[in-house]
Amino acid sequence: MVTYGDAGLGLLGDPTRRAIFELLARRPHSVGELAGQLPVSRPAVSQHLRVLKDGGLVVSRAEGTRRVYQLNPEGLSAVRAYLDRVWDEALRSFHKAAEAAPTDPELEE
Amino acid sequence: MSSAATVPAIEGTVSLDVPVERAFSVFTGSLGTWWPRDYHIGQADMADAIMEPHEGGRWYERGVDGSECDWGRVLAWEPPRRLVVTWQINGQWQYDPDPAHASEIEVRFTADGPERTTVDLEHRLLDRLVGGQAIYDAIRGGGGWSALLRSFAGAAAGAA
Repeated sequence: MVTYGDAGLGLLGDPTRRAIFELLARRPHSVGELAGQLPVSRPAVSQHLRVLKDGGLVVSRAEGTRRVYQLNPEGLSAVRAYLDRVWDEALRSFHKAAEAAPTDPELEE
Repeated sequence: MSSAATVPAIEGTVSLDVPVERAFSVFTGSLGTWWPRDYHIGQADMADAIMEPHEGGRWYERGVDGSECDWGRVLAWEPPRRLVVTWQINGQWQYDPDPAHASEIEVRFTADGPERTTVDLEHRLLDRLVGGQAIYDAIRGGGGWSALLRSFAGAAAGAA
């Protein structure tokens, strides 16, 4: 079992959310622009943006009558979220490997 | 901990039904069998991941073409209880040899019984990784970071 004391876990675990994150890494986008490049509805995009925003990965600003989203320019939480993802997968995989390892005690160093 | 730290450490815990010695030896000696293949920095696909079993040793990936890419160094080698290594991969997804830019991973192995081990992992000093502005700049410029995310998203999609 893998546990984290971090509510940010899973922010980039959803493929659509990762795709949105990647598009925002290239340049700021509005909800409409994002929806136009992804096979999901505007409400779905908005929902994902809200999660990313709550997680501190994304910030938004008003630009005329529309709202534009971009990665949190601090970048720190984005990096952390990415590494969180790496370790989540790595520890799950390690767990499986350790319990599947040969049980011969002579193999231990 | 540095007072300048602004990025909280990443912490993970795994409970295993194996002796502590085995947990340590699989984590270090069989790194290549469990490290997710998607997470590598070399141009070539990853064939293996290796951790040299001593203080000052390297831990690195070996590509299918035989090329090697460092990930960091072993700072503390205390089998079977404790391990500290550096993680020196920057925003361009490359090894950064500058120790000032090295984040640290500490792994503690605690025997809860003859066949039971808790593994606690902490990846800390993440601020150091971004201290050189590499990741910040990559995000702003849409360079290495988005390329990294593209490959990550592609790998994830391929695995789905």
